[in-house]
Amino acid sequence: MRRVVITGAGTVNPLGSDVPSTYQAMQAAQCAIGPLTCRDVARLGVQIGAEVKGFDPAAHFARAQLPLLDRFTQFALVSARQAMAQAGLELSDDDQTRAGVVLGTAGGGNLTVDDNYRTVYEAGKNRVHPFVVPKLMHNAAASHVSMAFGLKGPGFTTSTACASANHAMGQALMLIRAGMADVMLTGGSEAMLGFGGIKAWEGLRVMSRDTCRPFSRDRSGMVQGEGGAVFVFEERDRALARGAPILAEVAGFGMSSDASDIVMPDRDGPVRAMRMALADAGLAPEAIGYVNAHGTGTAANDRTEAQALAEVMGDHLADCPVSSTKSMHGHLIGGTSAVELLACLMALQDGVLAPTVNFTEADPDCALDAVPNTAREARADAAMSNAFAFGGLNAVMVLRRAA
Amino acid sequence: MGLDFMLDENLIAQRVKEIIAEQALVEPSEVREEMTLADLDLDSLGLIECIFGIEEAFDVAVPFNANNPEESGFDISSVGAIIRQVEGLIARQAA
Repeated sequence: MRRVVITGAGTVNPLGSDVPSTYQAMQAAQCAIGPLTCRDVARLGVQIGAEVKGFDPAAHFARAQLPLLDRFTQFALVSARQAMAQAGLELSDDDQTRAGVVLGTAGGGNLTVDDNYRTVYEAGKNRVHPFVVPKLMHNAAASHVSMAFGLKGPGFTTSTACASANHAMGQALMLIRAGMADVMLTGGSEAMLGFGGIKAWEGLRVMSRDTCRPFSRDRSGMVQGEGGAVFVFEERDRALARGAPILAEVAGFGMSSDASDIVMPDRDGPVRAMRMALADAGLAPEAIGYVNAHGTGTAANDRTEAQALAEVMGDHLADCPVSSTKSMHGHLIGGTSAVELLACLMALQDGVLAPTVNFTEADPDCALDAVPNTAREARADAAMSNAFAFGGLNAVMVLRRAA
Repeated sequence: MGLDFMLDENLIAQRVKEIIAEQALVEPSEVREEMTLADLDLDSLGLIECIFGIEEAFDVAVPFNANNPEESGFDISSVGAIIRQVEGLIARQAA
Protein backbone atom coordinates (compact mmCIF):
# COMPACT_ATOMS: atom_id res chain seq x y z
CA MET A 1 0.00 0.00 0.00
CA ARG A 2 1.20 3.51 -0.79
CA ARG A 3 2.22 5.32 2.38
CA VAL A 4 1.62 8.99 3.12
CA VAL A 5 3.80 11.46 4.98
CA ILE A 6 3.48 15.09 6.02
CA THR A 7 6.14 17.27 4.42
CA GLY A 8 4.88 20.73 5.30
CA ALA A 9 2.69 22.46 7.86
CA GLY A 10 1.29 25.97 8.17
CA THR A 11 -1.19 27.68 10.43
CA VAL A 12 -2.85 30.88 11.49
CA ASN A 13 -4.66 30.41 14.81
CA PRO A 14 -5.25 32.29 18.05
CA LEU A 15 -2.00 30.94 19.50
CA GLY A 16 0.29 31.93 16.66
CA SER A 17 0.74 33.16 13.12
CA ASP A 18 2.79 30.13 12.08
CA VAL A 19 3.80 26.67 13.31
CA PRO A 20 6.86 27.65 15.42
CA SER A 21 4.96 30.35 17.32
CA THR A 22 2.06 27.94 17.87
CA TYR A 23 4.37 25.27 19.32
CA GLN A 24 5.95 27.91 21.51
CA ALA A 25 2.56 29.04 22.82
CA MET A 26 1.44 25.45 23.45
CA GLN A 27 4.66 24.73 25.33
CA ALA A 28 4.18 27.89 27.37
CA ALA A 29 0.59 26.79 28.16
CA GLN A 30 -0.84 30.03 26.84
CA CYS A 31 -4.56 30.59 26.70
CA ALA A 32 -5.70 32.76 23.80
CA ILE A 33 -9.27 33.11 25.05
CA GLY A 34 -10.28 36.69 25.74
CA PRO A 35 -13.00 39.30 25.25
CA LEU A 36 -14.65 39.22 21.82
CA THR A 37 -14.36 42.38 19.74
CA CYS A 38 -16.98 41.84 17.03
CA ARG A 39 -19.64 44.41 16.18
CA ASP A 40 -22.62 44.54 18.57
CA VAL A 41 -20.78 42.42 21.11
CA ALA A 42 -22.86 44.04 23.87
CA ARG A 43 -25.92 42.19 22.53
CA LEU A 44 -24.21 38.81 22.85
CA GLY A 45 -24.70 36.56 25.85
CA VAL A 46 -21.35 34.95 25.13
CA GLN A 47 -18.64 37.59 25.12
CA ILE A 48 -15.47 35.50 25.10
CA GLY A 49 -13.66 33.71 22.33
CA ALA A 50 -10.24 32.99 20.90
CA GLU A 51 -9.66 35.52 18.14
CA VAL A 52 -6.73 35.63 15.76
CA LYS A 53 -5.04 38.89 16.72
CA GLY A 54 -2.84 41.10 14.59
CA PHE A 55 -3.75 39.43 11.29
CA ASP A 56 -3.55 42.14 8.62
CA PRO A 57 -5.10 40.89 5.36
CA ALA A 58 -3.47 43.71 3.40
CA ALA A 59 -0.05 42.41 4.44
CA HIS A 60 -0.84 39.04 2.81
CA PHE A 61 -3.00 39.83 -0.21
CA ALA A 62 -3.14 42.31 -3.08
CA ARG A 63 -5.89 44.88 -2.90
CA ALA A 64 -7.60 43.54 -6.01
CA GLN A 65 -7.71 40.04 -4.53
CA LEU A 66 -9.18 40.92 -1.16
CA PRO A 67 -12.84 41.46 -2.20
CA LEU A 68 -12.92 37.74 -3.11
CA LEU A 69 -11.41 36.40 0.10
CA ASP A 70 -13.49 35.74 3.18
CA ARG A 71 -11.48 35.51 6.39
CA PHE A 72 -11.70 31.67 6.41
CA THR A 73 -10.14 31.65 2.93
CA GLN A 74 -7.42 34.06 4.03
CA PHE A 75 -6.50 31.77 6.93
CA ALA A 76 -6.34 28.77 4.58
CA LEU A 77 -4.22 30.57 1.97
CA VAL A 78 -1.67 31.91 4.44
CA SER A 79 -1.44 28.49 6.11
CA ALA A 80 -1.01 26.80 2.72
CA ARG A 81 1.79 29.17 1.74
CA GLN A 82 3.70 28.28 4.90
CA ALA A 83 3.15 24.56 4.35
CA MET A 84 4.26 24.74 0.73
CA ALA A 85 7.35 26.73 1.68
CA GLN A 86 8.36 24.14 4.26
CA ALA A 87 7.69 21.25 1.87
CA GLY A 88 9.83 22.95 -0.76
CA LEU A 89 7.50 21.66 -3.44
CA GLU A 90 7.92 22.79 -6.99
CA LEU A 91 5.30 21.15 -9.14
CA SER A 92 5.93 20.50 -12.82
CA ASP A 93 3.00 20.57 -15.26
CA ASP A 94 2.59 16.82 -14.86
CA ASP A 95 2.93 17.03 -11.08
CA GLN A 96 0.16 19.60 -10.96
CA THR A 97 -2.40 17.17 -12.34
CA ARG A 98 -1.38 14.70 -9.61
CA ALA A 99 -1.73 17.29 -6.83
CA GLY A 100 -4.94 18.40 -5.16
CA VAL A 101 -6.57 20.02 -2.21
CA VAL A 102 -9.27 19.06 0.26
CA LEU A 103 -10.09 21.41 3.11
CA GLY A 104 -12.64 21.32 5.88
CA THR A 105 -14.88 24.12 7.08
CA ALA A 106 -18.17 24.14 8.93
CA GLY A 107 -19.29 27.71 8.34
CA GLY A 108 -17.51 28.66 5.11
CA GLY A 109 -17.87 32.36 4.51
CA ASN A 110 -20.04 32.86 7.57
CA LEU A 111 -18.79 36.43 8.15
CA THR A 112 -19.60 37.30 4.55
CA VAL A 113 -23.12 35.96 5.02
CA ASP A 114 -23.47 37.92 8.23
CA ASP A 115 -22.19 41.18 6.72
CA ASN A 116 -24.49 40.96 3.73
CA TYR A 117 -27.55 40.02 5.74
CA ARG A 118 -26.89 43.23 7.63
CA THR A 119 -26.74 45.08 4.35
CA VAL A 120 -30.08 43.84 3.04
CA TYR A 121 -32.05 43.28 6.24
CA GLU A 122 -30.72 45.80 8.74
CA ALA A 123 -29.53 48.58 6.47
CA GLY A 124 -32.38 47.92 4.05
CA LYS A 125 -30.18 48.17 0.98
CA ASN A 126 -31.26 46.45 -2.19
CA ARG A 127 -27.81 45.76 -3.57
CA VAL A 128 -24.91 43.64 -2.34
CA HIS A 129 -21.35 43.39 -3.54
CA PRO A 130 -21.09 41.24 -6.69
CA PHE A 131 -18.71 38.72 -5.13
CA VAL A 132 -20.89 37.63 -2.23
CA VAL A 133 -21.43 34.15 -3.66
CA PRO A 134 -17.84 33.27 -4.63
CA LYS A 135 -16.72 34.68 -1.29
CA LEU A 136 -19.14 32.82 0.96
CA MET A 137 -19.17 29.40 -0.70
CA HIS A 138 -17.72 26.61 1.43
CA ASN A 139 -15.30 25.57 -1.31
CA ALA A 140 -13.85 29.08 -1.70
CA ALA A 141 -10.79 28.25 0.42
CA ALA A 142 -10.06 24.99 -1.41
CA SER A 143 -10.52 26.70 -4.77
CA HIS A 144 -8.23 29.61 -3.95
CA VAL A 145 -5.56 27.22 -2.65
CA SER A 146 -5.81 25.23 -5.88
CA MET A 147 -5.35 28.44 -7.89
CA ALA A 148 -2.50 29.72 -5.75
CA PHE A 149 -0.39 26.59 -6.25
CA GLY A 150 -1.66 25.16 -9.53
CA LEU A 151 -3.20 22.09 -7.93
CA LYS A 152 -5.10 20.55 -10.84
CA GLY A 153 -6.02 17.17 -9.39
CA PRO A 154 -8.86 16.38 -6.97
CA GLY A 155 -10.24 19.41 -5.15
CA PHE A 156 -13.16 19.69 -2.76
CA THR A 157 -14.40 20.71 0.66
CA THR A 158 -15.69 18.61 3.51
CA SER A 159 -18.23 20.07 5.89
CA THR A 160 -18.95 17.89 8.89
CA ALA A 161 -19.19 20.49 11.65
CA CYS A 162 -16.45 19.97 14.26
CA ALA A 163 -14.90 17.04 12.38
CA SER A 164 -14.58 18.80 9.01
CA ALA A 165 -10.79 19.07 8.96
CA ASN A 166 -10.21 15.49 10.11
CA HIS A 167 -12.60 14.26 7.45
CA ALA A 168 -10.73 16.39 4.91
CA MET A 169 -7.36 14.99 5.93
CA GLY A 170 -8.75 11.46 5.89
CA GLN A 171 -9.91 11.99 2.31
CA ALA A 172 -6.49 13.35 1.37
CA LEU A 173 -4.85 10.28 2.87
CA MET A 174 -7.12 7.92 0.99
CA LEU A 175 -6.76 9.75 -2.33
CA ILE A 176 -2.99 9.38 -2.18
CA ARG A 177 -3.19 5.76 -1.06
CA ALA A 178 -5.60 5.00 -3.86
CA GLY A 179 -3.22 6.47 -6.41
CA MET A 180 -5.56 9.27 -7.43
CA ALA A 181 -3.04 11.90 -6.34
CA ASP A 182 0.57 12.08 -5.15
CA VAL A 183 0.37 15.36 -3.23
CA MET A 184 -2.59 16.81 -1.35
CA LEU A 185 -2.86 20.07 0.52
CA THR A 186 -5.27 19.44 3.34
CA GLY A 187 -6.54 20.70 6.67
CA GLY A 188 -9.21 23.25 7.38
CA SER A 189 -10.14 26.72 8.51
CA GLU A 190 -12.96 28.60 10.17
CA ALA A 191 -13.91 32.22 10.77
CA MET A 192 -17.27 32.72 12.40
CA LEU A 193 -16.49 35.00 15.31
CA GLY A 194 -19.03 37.55 14.10
CA PHE A 195 -22.30 38.52 15.67
CA GLY A 196 -24.40 35.98 13.76
CA GLY A 197 -21.96 33.12 14.16
CA ILE A 198 -21.66 33.56 17.89
CA LYS A 199 -25.36 34.27 18.38
CA ALA A 200 -26.20 30.96 16.70
CA TRP A 201 -23.87 29.01 18.98
CA GLU A 202 -25.22 30.90 21.97
CA GLY A 203 -28.63 29.41 21.23
CA LEU A 204 -27.42 25.92 22.05
CA ARG A 205 -26.54 26.99 25.60
CA VAL A 206 -23.38 24.94 25.71
CA MET A 207 -21.04 27.92 25.66
CA SER A 208 -18.89 28.85 28.62
CA ARG A 209 -19.10 32.34 30.08
CA ASP A 210 -15.67 32.16 31.73
CA THR A 211 -13.21 29.95 29.88
CA CYS A 212 -12.64 26.50 28.39
CA ARG A 213 -11.69 23.80 30.95
CA PRO A 214 -11.83 20.40 29.25
CA PHE A 215 -11.92 17.37 31.57
CA SER A 216 -11.84 19.62 34.63
CA ARG A 217 -14.62 18.93 37.14
CA ASP A 218 -15.76 22.57 37.02
CA ARG A 219 -15.82 22.76 33.22
CA SER A 220 -18.43 25.16 31.98
CA GLY A 221 -18.75 24.59 28.25
CA MET A 222 -17.05 25.35 24.98
CA VAL A 223 -15.42 28.53 23.72
CA GLN A 224 -15.29 29.37 20.03
CA GLY A 225 -12.09 30.19 18.20
CA GLU A 226 -11.06 30.95 14.64
CA GLY A 227 -8.16 30.15 12.33
CA GLY A 228 -6.90 27.07 10.58
CA ALA A 229 -4.02 24.88 9.52
CA VAL A 230 -2.96 23.30 6.24
CA PHE A 231 -0.58 20.40 5.66
CA VAL A 232 1.20 18.97 2.67
CA PHE A 233 0.42 15.25 2.48
CA GLU A 234 2.74 13.46 0.09
CA GLU A 235 3.26 9.90 -1.12
CA ARG A 236 6.16 8.62 0.95
CA ASP A 237 8.47 7.34 -1.80
CA ARG A 238 8.11 10.60 -3.67
CA ALA A 239 8.93 12.60 -0.55
CA LEU A 240 11.94 10.40 0.23
CA ALA A 241 13.20 10.60 -3.34
CA ARG A 242 13.28 14.37 -3.31
CA GLY A 243 14.77 14.58 0.19
CA ALA A 244 11.76 16.40 1.60
CA PRO A 245 11.46 17.12 5.31
CA ILE A 246 9.24 14.39 6.77
CA LEU A 247 7.36 15.67 9.78
CA ALA A 248 5.41 12.46 10.44
CA GLU A 249 3.65 9.60 8.72
CA VAL A 250 -0.12 9.72 8.35
CA ALA A 251 -0.54 6.18 9.57
CA GLY A 252 -4.26 5.65 9.90
CA PHE A 253 -7.72 7.08 9.67
CA GLY A 254 -11.08 5.94 10.93
CA MET A 255 -14.58 7.33 10.70
CA SER A 256 -18.01 6.39 11.89
CA SER A 257 -21.48 7.75 12.47
CA ASP A 258 -23.34 7.55 15.75
CA ALA A 259 -26.65 7.39 13.92
CA SER A 260 -28.33 8.33 17.17
CA ASP A 261 -28.71 12.00 18.09
CA ILE A 262 -28.11 15.29 16.29
CA VAL A 263 -26.25 16.89 19.19
CA MET A 264 -25.79 14.48 22.10
CA PRO A 265 -22.49 12.61 21.96
CA ASP A 266 -22.42 8.87 21.94
CA ARG A 267 -19.78 6.42 23.11
CA ASP A 268 -20.12 3.69 20.53
CA GLY A 269 -19.47 5.86 17.45
CA PRO A 270 -16.18 7.33 18.75
CA VAL A 271 -15.06 3.90 19.96
CA ARG A 272 -15.54 2.43 16.49
CA ALA A 273 -13.80 5.38 14.80
CA MET A 274 -10.76 5.14 17.10
CA ARG A 275 -10.53 1.36 16.66
CA MET A 276 -10.81 1.71 12.92
CA ALA A 277 -8.03 4.32 12.86
CA LEU A 278 -5.76 2.12 14.97
CA ALA A 279 -6.47 -0.92 12.81
CA ASP A 280 -5.85 1.14 9.67
CA ALA A 281 -2.49 2.22 11.11
CA GLY A 282 -1.70 -1.35 12.11
CA LEU A 283 -1.13 -0.22 15.68
CA ALA A 284 -2.24 -1.61 19.01
CA PRO A 285 -3.72 0.91 21.47
CA GLU A 286 -0.54 0.52 23.54
CA ALA A 287 1.49 2.10 20.70
CA ILE A 288 -0.27 5.45 21.15
CA GLY A 289 1.80 7.81 23.29
CA TYR A 290 -0.44 10.86 23.10
CA VAL A 291 -4.06 11.62 22.29
CA ASN A 292 -5.31 15.02 21.29
CA ALA A 293 -8.87 14.77 22.50
CA HIS A 294 -11.93 16.30 20.93
CA GLY A 295 -12.31 17.69 24.47
CA THR A 296 -14.74 20.53 23.92
CA GLY A 297 -15.17 21.32 27.61
CA THR A 298 -18.87 20.51 27.66
CA ALA A 299 -20.13 18.24 30.42
CA ALA A 300 -21.42 15.64 27.99
CA ASN A 301 -18.60 15.49 25.45
CA ASP A 302 -15.74 15.14 27.89
CA ARG A 303 -17.47 12.48 29.99
CA THR A 304 -18.45 10.45 26.93
CA GLU A 305 -15.05 10.84 25.29
CA ALA A 306 -13.30 9.69 28.48
CA GLN A 307 -15.51 6.60 28.55
CA ALA A 308 -14.85 5.90 24.90
CA LEU A 309 -11.10 6.27 25.40
CA ALA A 310 -11.25 3.91 28.38
CA GLU A 311 -13.02 1.34 26.25
CA VAL A 312 -10.48 1.59 23.42
CA MET A 313 -7.31 1.99 25.45
CA GLY A 314 -8.13 -0.23 28.41
CA ASP A 315 -5.40 -0.19 31.06
CA HIS A 316 -3.11 1.71 28.69
CA LEU A 317 -5.18 4.87 29.24
CA ALA A 318 -3.42 5.33 32.60
CA ASP A 319 -0.11 5.63 30.70
CA CYS A 320 -1.38 7.58 27.72
CA PRO A 321 -1.68 11.34 28.21
CA VAL A 322 -4.79 12.91 26.65
CA SER A 323 -4.97 16.68 26.34
CA SER A 324 -7.42 19.12 24.82
CA THR A 325 -5.69 22.08 23.23
CA LYS A 326 -9.11 23.70 22.76
CA SER A 327 -8.43 25.04 26.25
CA MET A 328 -5.75 27.24 24.62
CA HIS A 329 -6.94 28.02 21.07
CA GLY A 330 -10.67 27.57 21.53
CA HIS A 331 -12.90 25.45 19.33
CA LEU A 332 -12.11 26.30 15.74
CA ILE A 333 -15.17 24.26 14.67
CA GLY A 334 -14.47 23.01 11.13
CA GLY A 335 -10.80 23.97 11.30
CA THR A 336 -10.15 22.71 14.77
CA SER A 337 -8.79 19.24 14.06
CA ALA A 338 -6.23 20.73 11.65
CA VAL A 339 -4.78 22.96 14.37
CA GLU A 340 -5.02 20.08 16.82
CA LEU A 341 -3.00 17.85 14.51
CA LEU A 342 -0.15 20.30 15.19
CA ALA A 343 -0.17 19.21 18.84
CA CYS A 344 0.29 15.63 17.64
CA LEU A 345 3.13 16.66 15.33
CA MET A 346 4.78 18.53 18.20
CA ALA A 347 4.55 15.43 20.40
CA LEU A 348 6.14 13.23 17.72
CA GLN A 349 8.76 15.70 16.53
CA ASP A 350 9.76 17.58 19.68
CA GLY A 351 8.72 15.12 22.38
CA VAL A 352 6.59 17.75 24.07
CA LEU A 353 2.94 17.19 24.96
CA ALA A 354 0.65 20.21 24.81
CA PRO A 355 -1.28 20.72 28.05
CA THR A 356 -4.95 21.12 28.91
CA VAL A 357 -4.92 24.58 30.47
CA ASN A 358 -7.48 26.14 32.85
CA PHE A 359 -7.63 22.75 34.57
CA THR A 360 -8.53 23.12 38.23
CA GLU A 361 -9.80 19.79 39.51
CA ALA A 362 -9.86 16.20 38.30
CA ASP A 363 -13.28 14.81 37.43
CA PRO A 364 -13.93 11.20 38.44
CA ASP A 365 -16.13 10.95 35.34
CA CYS A 366 -13.09 11.79 33.19
CA ALA A 367 -10.50 9.40 34.53
CA LEU A 368 -7.56 10.26 32.33
CA ASP A 369 -4.24 12.11 32.44
CA ALA A 370 -5.18 15.43 30.87
CA VAL A 371 -1.64 16.89 31.02
CA PRO A 372 -3.02 19.63 33.29
CA ASN A 373 -1.79 23.18 32.91
CA THR A 374 1.85 22.64 31.94
CA ALA A 375 3.41 21.09 28.87
CA ARG A 376 5.28 17.86 29.45
CA GLU A 377 8.30 16.22 27.91
CA ALA A 378 7.48 12.69 26.85
CA ARG A 379 8.45 10.40 24.03
CA ALA A 380 5.57 9.51 21.74
CA ASP A 381 6.03 7.27 18.71
CA ALA A 382 2.42 7.55 17.61
CA ALA A 383 -0.36 9.99 18.36
CA MET A 384 -4.11 10.02 17.83
CA SER A 385 -6.32 13.04 17.14
CA ASN A 386 -10.06 12.83 17.79
CA ALA A 387 -12.86 14.83 16.22
CA PHE A 388 -16.47 14.05 17.06
CA ALA A 389 -18.93 16.31 15.30
CA PHE A 390 -22.45 17.45 15.99
CA GLY A 391 -24.57 15.14 13.95
CA GLY A 392 -22.64 12.19 15.31
CA LEU A 393 -19.97 12.10 12.61
CA ASN A 394 -16.64 10.95 13.99
CA ALA A 395 -13.19 11.14 12.38
CA VAL A 396 -9.93 10.03 13.96
CA MET A 397 -6.40 10.45 12.62
CA VAL A 398 -3.35 8.48 13.73
CA LEU A 399 0.14 9.82 13.09
CA ARG A 400 3.38 7.90 13.50
CA ARG A 401 6.83 9.33 14.04
CA ALA A 402 8.78 9.52 10.81
CA ALA A 403 11.03 6.45 10.63
CA MET B 1 -24.33 64.29 -2.87
CA GLY B 2 -27.08 66.60 -4.06
CA LEU B 3 -28.90 66.37 -7.33
CA ASP B 4 -27.11 69.42 -8.73
CA PHE B 5 -23.83 67.67 -8.27
CA MET B 6 -25.17 64.55 -9.91
CA LEU B 7 -26.30 66.43 -12.95
CA ASP B 8 -22.96 68.03 -13.52
CA GLU B 9 -21.60 65.96 -16.37
CA ASN B 10 -17.96 66.68 -15.71
CA LEU B 11 -18.32 65.47 -12.18
CA ILE B 12 -20.15 62.33 -13.31
CA ALA B 13 -17.39 61.56 -15.80
CA GLN B 14 -14.77 62.14 -13.16
CA ARG B 15 -16.49 59.85 -10.64
CA VAL B 16 -16.94 57.07 -13.22
CA LYS B 17 -13.27 57.32 -14.11
CA GLU B 18 -12.36 57.06 -10.44
CA ILE B 19 -14.46 53.94 -10.04
CA ILE B 20 -12.91 52.33 -13.10
CA ALA B 21 -9.41 53.41 -12.04
CA GLU B 22 -9.92 51.83 -8.64
CA GLN B 23 -10.60 48.46 -10.27
CA ALA B 24 -7.91 48.82 -12.93
CA LEU B 25 -5.36 49.73 -10.25
CA VAL B 26 -4.36 52.96 -12.06
CA GLU B 27 -4.67 56.67 -11.32
CA PRO B 28 -7.97 58.31 -12.41
CA SER B 29 -5.96 60.68 -14.60
CA GLU B 30 -4.76 57.68 -16.61
CA VAL B 31 -8.31 56.66 -17.55
CA ARG B 32 -9.32 58.30 -20.83
CA GLU B 33 -12.71 58.20 -22.52
CA GLU B 34 -11.51 56.51 -25.72
CA MET B 35 -10.08 53.58 -23.75
CA THR B 36 -11.71 50.16 -23.81
CA LEU B 37 -11.90 47.94 -20.75
CA ALA B 38 -9.34 45.66 -22.41
CA ASP B 39 -6.97 48.65 -22.68
CA LEU B 40 -7.28 48.91 -18.91
CA ASP B 41 -6.77 45.16 -18.36
CA LEU B 42 -10.15 44.89 -16.67
CA ASP B 43 -11.46 41.32 -16.61
CA SER B 44 -15.08 40.28 -16.17
CA LEU B 45 -14.88 40.37 -12.37
CA GLY B 46 -13.34 43.86 -12.52
CA LEU B 47 -16.17 44.97 -14.79
CA ILE B 48 -18.79 43.60 -12.38
CA GLU B 49 -17.12 45.51 -9.56
CA CYS B 50 -17.22 48.71 -11.68
CA ILE B 51 -20.94 48.26 -12.32
CA PHE B 52 -21.50 47.75 -8.61
CA GLY B 53 -19.39 50.82 -7.82
CA ILE B 54 -21.41 52.94 -10.25
CA GLU B 55 -24.72 51.72 -8.82
CA GLU B 56 -23.53 52.52 -5.30
CA ALA B 57 -22.09 55.92 -6.20
CA PHE B 58 -25.04 57.25 -8.19
CA ASP B 59 -27.85 55.16 -6.69
CA VAL B 60 -28.95 53.89 -10.08
CA ALA B 61 -29.68 50.39 -11.39
CA VAL B 62 -27.39 49.56 -14.29
CA PRO B 63 -29.08 47.20 -16.78
CA PHE B 64 -26.05 44.97 -17.22
CA ASN B 65 -26.30 41.22 -17.68
CA ALA B 66 -23.01 39.38 -17.35
CA ASN B 67 -24.43 36.41 -19.29
CA ASN B 68 -24.73 38.45 -22.42
CA PRO B 69 -23.01 41.81 -22.10
CA GLU B 70 -23.60 42.74 -25.77
CA GLU B 71 -27.37 42.49 -25.48
CA SER B 72 -27.86 43.83 -22.00
CA GLY B 73 -28.65 47.34 -23.12
CA PHE B 74 -25.62 48.82 -21.44
CA ASP B 75 -22.78 49.71 -23.78
CA ILE B 76 -19.39 48.93 -22.30
CA SER B 77 -17.38 49.41 -25.49
CA SER B 78 -15.35 52.28 -24.01
CA VAL B 79 -14.98 54.40 -20.90
CA GLY B 80 -16.74 57.24 -22.71
CA ALA B 81 -19.66 54.99 -23.65
CA ILE B 82 -20.07 53.96 -20.04
CA ILE B 83 -20.00 57.59 -18.89
CA ARG B 84 -22.64 58.63 -21.46
CA GLN B 85 -24.98 55.88 -20.28
CA VAL B 86 -24.49 56.67 -16.64
CA GLU B 87 -25.38 60.28 -17.47
CA GLY B 88 -28.50 58.98 -19.20
CA LEU B 89 -29.48 56.80 -16.24
CA ILE B 90 -29.07 59.72 -13.86
CA ALA B 91 -31.01 62.07 -16.10
CA ARG B 92 -33.88 59.59 -16.46
CA GLN B 93 -33.95 59.12 -12.71
CA ALA B 94 -34.03 62.88 -12.14
CA ALA B 95 -36.78 63.39 -14.68
